[in-house]
Amino acid sequence: MSNIGSYEERLAGFDWSIARDVLGWQDGELLNIGHMCSDRICANGKADKTALIWEGFGGASKSFTFDEVRQLSNAYAKLLQDKGVQPGDRVCIFMDKIPDLYISFLGVLKMGGVVQPLFSAFGDDSLEVRLASAGTKAILTTGKHVKKVRKIIDKLPNLDTVIVVEGNAAKLKDNEIFFEVEPVNAFDCFQSDENTPSVLHYTSGTTGQPKGAQHVHGSVMGQALTSAWVLDLQDDDVYWCTADPGWVTGTSYGIIGCWALGATQCVLDQGFTSARWYQFIQDNKITVWYSAPTAIRSLMRDGTDLVNQYDMSALRHLCSVGEPLNAEAVVWSQEAFGRPFLDTFWQTETGAMMITNYPGMKVKPGSMGKPFPGITAAVLDLKTFEPHTEPGQVGLIAFRPGWPSMFREYRNQHDVYQSKFVGSPEGATPEECRANPDVWYVSGDRASIDADGYYWFVGRDDDVINTGGHLVGPFEIESALIEHEAIAEAAVVGKPDEVNMEVVKAFVTLNPGFDFDDMTELSVMNFIRKSLSPLAMPQEIEVMDKLPKTRSGKILRRYLKALEWGEDVGDLSTLEDD
Amino acid sequence: MSSMHEEVLEYVIDEYIDEDDDLEVDFETALISSGIVDSFSMVSLKVFLEKKYKISLPDSEATPEAFDTVNSICVLVEKHLG
Repeated sequence: MSNIGSYEERLAGFDWSIARDVLGWQDGELLNIGHMCSDRICANGKADKTALIWEGFGGASKSFTFDEVRQLSNAYAKLLQDKGVQPGDRVCIFMDKIPDLYISFLGVLKMGGVVQPLFSAFGDDSLEVRLASAGTKAILTTGKHVKKVRKIIDKLPNLDTVIVVEGNAAKLKDNEIFFEVEPVNAFDCFQSDENTPSVLHYTSGTTGQPKGAQHVHGSVMGQALTSAWVLDLQDDDVYWCTADPGWVTGTSYGIIGCWALGATQCVLDQGFTSARWYQFIQDNKITVWYSAPTAIRSLMRDGTDLVNQYDMSALRHLCSVGEPLNAEAVVWSQEAFGRPFLDTFWQTETGAMMITNYPGMKVKPGSMGKPFPGITAAVLDLKTFEPHTEPGQVGLIAFRPGWPSMFREYRNQHDVYQSKFVGSPEGATPEECRANPDVWYVSGDRASIDADGYYWFVGRDDDVINTGGHLVGPFEIESALIEHEAIAEAAVVGKPDEVNMEVVKAFVTLNPGFDFDDMTELSVMNFIRKSLSPLAMPQEIEVMDKLPKTRSGKILRRYLKALEWGEDVGDLSTLEDD
Repeated sequence: MSSMHEEVLEYVIDEYIDEDDDLEVDFETALISSGIVDSFSMVSLKVFLEKKYKISLPDSEATPEAFDTVNSICVLVEKHLG
């Protein structure tokens, strides 16, 4: 029997207070995610239960009980407190998927800090932009990644504490602290409440630099309930979320949701190969697997014969997130694993799942599923912003505000936050936006709804590129491209890709005196890979004599994108004449 | 070893290894499975090989296993050079 039972019955009379029941949480208890994912689990009799099974490169493996996680996260909380970090200060975690990442995440929250996880493959430019925006006070990193921090620290006046948790202590600089974590039995957790800032995730938009979506400790209610009802986590499950905590899935469902429920989770910190993943599932008898379409399509490519070489019999429930899960992948997973991957839709800003498929509900391969109970969703007309009423009409996916895991602001960008709420009066505060029952939060994605109430993804409503489930902002890449000596102007769009859904394609003009031979192209690619990230690296660069622009000089990205996707280029009346 | 082995090794060292890393990399050093080259960066390594040797490597063959050492990379490239 699944946790959710009947989806239809859960809809009737739904109230978010059921999340408290699922957690067994009562008024007056401390609402601090760090506490709820460790101390509270131990207090509820699971101190000796395995919390984390970790495997890394070179055959390395470790496991931790909830009591070990509790004591080691206490140590991180105490360290930060001792170093002068105050509640509300932003503390970045910049590591590969090593156990310290997961444990220090709880430690930051326990001492009241705002944890800012960043993807460890980010280059120094990407890192700098996000640390500067957040005014980050401290960073927890490793010997492998501290070199990127050294390149930029002089430009970050707020960043005064650099802590290295793994590597060669003898190679650190004078201003860096080497920390070997040792258990600390007791720590007095910060007395946070549901509105206390918790996690700050950066997400990319069409224009400008990435925006910091601020979440709160109360988000755990949404993350735990969706983990229970959609991921169907039960007490004897062994759960694997393949996402990196540098992105929101890796924290909402790779740390918070599962640990708040006291579930055992596995982490594999190793590059992707199908055989390695199957081996990991077999060895750890993984029962619930939450992955991404790009990975699933890569597994598909290697075929079912490979699957059959491993014992996958423990697997009982599969879910997917990050980009639309195509029907072929759903059908293949049924063939390969005896059960379909269930698609889930949500985003950094929503903090938890919004439209999903459920255990026991009929799966329509290729569909996003239906709104989670308690979520009022609609597809809005593109011009009037009124909800469509007829099946099949394409519009903007939108939600009525008020769910517990909803982001509370874009850091220092109130106007951008307000612009996400259609119908919100100009000048409305973030609190007013969220409290207004007449506004819609607009996700930036387009979909239609069929006659049975299933949502079907159509595409993004903006120029943000979704590559392998990671959102990449074209502006950030364009800004970096013109830093390369050969590039005069740049426009970046998503290009269709069979495995990653989209990859980055750049259109550029050259500075005088530069030829664009193969090695120059490679040099530009590596320049972006190192300064931003491998995800942002253009996989194709096309040189143009001039970029298409409006008469006012704005580059027409949508024109280039339409050409790339073979779509109608639309109204070109504003296109600059030759 | 061939000049190709030397060229690929030089590229890997130049592009993926920091000057102050204490890493000795040779033709048999595991690159992907050891974490020296992250799997996201395999794409740029593939592009390098395609452009340098004027070949096209199908995605189905550009696997982490095939890219794991300089030697295995050269086996793949030589296959496509005919």
